[in-house]
Amino acid sequence: MKVRVHVSLKPGVLDPQGRAIHHSLEGLGFAGVNDVRAGRLFELDVADSVSDEAIDEMCRKLLANMVIENYRIEKVAA
Amino acid sequence: MAFTSAVITFPGSNCDRDMAVALEKVSGTAPRRVWHGDSQLPEGLDFIAVPGGFSYGDYLRCGAIASRSPIMQAVIAAAERGVPVLGVCNGFQVLTESGLLPGALLRNAGLNFVCREVSLEVANAQSLFTSAYEAGQVIRVPVAHHDGNYFADDATLDRIEGEGRVAFRYAEEVNGSARSIAGLLNAAGNVLGMMPHPERAIEATHGGTDGRGLFESAIRGFVGA
Repeated sequence: MKVRVHVSLKPGVLDPQGRAIHHSLEGLGFAGVNDVRAGRLFELDVADSVSDEAIDEMCRKLLANMVIENYRIEKVAA
Repeated sequence: MAFTSAVITFPGSNCDRDMAVALEKVSGTAPRRVWHGDSQLPEGLDFIAVPGGFSYGDYLRCGAIASRSPIMQAVIAAAERGVPVLGVCNGFQVLTESGLLPGALLRNAGLNFVCREVSLEVANAQSLFTSAYEAGQVIRVPVAHHDGNYFADDATLDRIEGEGRVAFRYAEEVNGSARSIAGLLNAAGNVLGMMPHPERAIEATHGGTDGRGLFESAIRGFVGA
């Protein structure tokens, strides 16, 4: 089973990297970009026997820092 | 009775030797060196230092992998028993990732790696780690980090300030840290995390001795105990 975990900064957490990317896009002449937030994508290949609860626990215990980040789990059809 | 300390080394730690030298110079006793894969600490420790560096290559998040290593489970248990724990730079990141200290350390607001000597104000001179300083004293200590921008939500910031848990504040703009927090204590006062490097400021020939007070405070606390 393929699982994608999307990790993003919580709203209100300063994202200097997103801001730098935003400035760079503007420097390239792209207009109309209101904001950029940088995140992280994990692709996991897990056994079908792994429970949803276990995947959720992986996110909370390691993949995301719950102080500053949110996560979203997406199961990908094989 | 000798002051018994330990310095933890992770793959990628690079301030562990400086920390060990500082502890030995100030206490007169060489610390025990502990490897990340060990699951037990030496018996009877009076002080544990989690040093700076780039543990596990800063993979995932700074300090994240180290905070889940076997030895950190022993450090967390020791901290909960009241053993003094100092985390410097990457060590501070390890302590926030492990949950021993609140908040998180984000990329510096200016995005640059900051490597210079900075002025720090001693915000709490009554802690186990700061009693050799005067409240409000300004000291000069080096920083060298890319992710030292302290973040916590407003309620947490209000609480830690209200409880006097800010040990050091930056006396100048360094990295965008919330409320200029440079060093933070846990609720019990036996855990300190800080981005600046006191272990690099113990020899006059290396630029200054303002970091000695931190180690002297900890040793004084030990003698008094």
